[in-house]
Amino acid sequence: MPSPLSAGLGLKPQHFDTALACQSEGLWFEVHPENYMVEGGPRLRWLEAVRASHALSLHGVSLSLAGDQAPDPAHLQRFAALVDRLQPALVSEHLAWSASDGIHLPDLLPFPRTTVALHRIAANIEQSQLALGRSIAIENPSHYLRLDAHEWDEIDFLAELVRRTGCSLLLDVNNVHVSARNLGFSAEAYLDRFPGEAVSEIHLAGHTPDPTLGEALLVDSHDTPIAPEVWALYRRTIERIGARPTLIERDGNVPAFDELWAERSTAAAELQRVAEADKVVA
Amino acid sequence: MSTASSLATFQQEFASALLGGATPAAFASQPAFSIYRNTVRKGCIDALEANYPAVSRIVGSEWFRGAAALHVEQSPPTDSRLMRYGADFAAFLDAFEAAAAVPYLPGVARLDRFWTEAHIAADATPLDGETLARHLQEAPDTLALTPHPAARWAWFDEQPIFTIWQRNRAEAQSDDPELEWHSEGALLTRPGDNVQWCEVGCAEVAFLDACAAGQSIGAAAEAALTAQPDADLSQLLARLLRAGAFTCLTESISP
Repeated sequence: MPSPLSAGLGLKPQHFDTALACQSEGLWFEVHPENYMVEGGPRLRWLEAVRASHALSLHGVSLSLAGDQAPDPAHLQRFAALVDRLQPALVSEHLAWSASDGIHLPDLLPFPRTTVALHRIAANIEQSQLALGRSIAIENPSHYLRLDAHEWDEIDFLAELVRRTGCSLLLDVNNVHVSARNLGFSAEAYLDRFPGEAVSEIHLAGHTPDPTLGEALLVDSHDTPIAPEVWALYRRTIERIGARPTLIERDGNVPAFDELWAERSTAAAELQRVAEADKVVA
Repeated sequence: MSTASSLATFQQEFASALLGGATPAAFASQPAFSIYRNTVRKGCIDALEANYPAVSRIVGSEWFRGAAALHVEQSPPTDSRLMRYGADFAAFLDAFEAAAAVPYLPGVARLDRFWTEAHIAADATPLDGETLARHLQEAPDTLALTPHPAARWAWFDEQPIFTIWQRNRAEAQSDDPELEWHSEGALLTRPGDNVQWCEVGCAEVAFLDACAAGQSIGAAAEAALTAQPDADLSQLLARLLRAGAFTCLTESISP
């Protein structure tokens, strides 16, 4: 049996050779499937080489599950082909939308959490899981705006999606920190209520203050090291719910591999500590 | 209005505001709305700049991103695979008045696009000379050469587009000789993992065009000789085979 997944890294093309040679217990890599939806060429061979020696996670950014339309069938088919080909350990998407009237908007956009939206999204998740032949994890979004039309609390909404579709949850701790600061709620209270048994993956990333509004508006930018507050929230979370596969995400200002590896080692050590404490309790 | 349609309306208004329309009234007082607008715009412009590196290098990043912003407003992405975004960017530059001072820019954009297409094209084994020779002995009149899925070629009249593109695709080289202003052909192929390129003449381009149209080797050879009467056909074919321009042999559609 393969060892359980510990801490993983977002995989960048410039780190391919280092990543390929890297061996560590429970190490895994995550990529955006959209970057590998190609007819052929080196990208797929590159990813298959990584997959041959490491567990892989496909983290989609464009299924537009919270859109008012069903997922694009062509996109879903390409996603399914990649899942078939790579047999990833983890597959995830976002509680957000990114397509409208045939236009692709490269962002994760907000929506009012209404009962109607819940039905639409549950149907979209079910359709996706059917096409992919497996359950997927849904990630909590970063928030910047106040929407008056919400009928549902976010955690209740996510838990209801889990109940209706059998999906699991990807808990992005940085998104919780950013949203809590921007909308003025307690990140600790949110995390303490998050349904731990449904969490199959955790994300950790960096954020930056908005260039004009400063600390009053944090942006989920993925281009800085993980902040100390986010590490503290992470420790609090895994101490409550137990160890979960945890990803270090960095998409901008990508540093040398060693710097990301150091963050990965910190997360792996926290997971190890929590797993051992759980063993003692058991 | 039903609640279902209000979700659609919310998204349509939101999307339109992201692409340059008015900010929905509910968010007019929230400066955070601009985070979404900036992220979407930056995502599209970054993708164009990544897909058109030689164009960006020629005009500079600042000018490129200004032009790209206009293109994003006119032709936002319709596909989430952003490495394919900007299929009509060369045509946009061709019609873009502010780019008129750089008349070779659309041609350079075409070659940047060729590179992307070659990079992600389907895999196929390139045809080798021995296989071709064996088949040529059997049925030379009806055989046709199929261009490799990654092969892309073009002829540029009176502009050294290939040389300009090639110089701006690699790291800066200070010892480049002065540009000679003449016509050039370009061929991009991907026989293995890496996209390769070479300059070709008008005979090669005519030959490849005929092959792509399903014509027989004989008809393609005639097309090459029409384009350039003194073309050496065996050298031409050897050069194209060496580049990995073809994949397999088929019966020709038209002789």
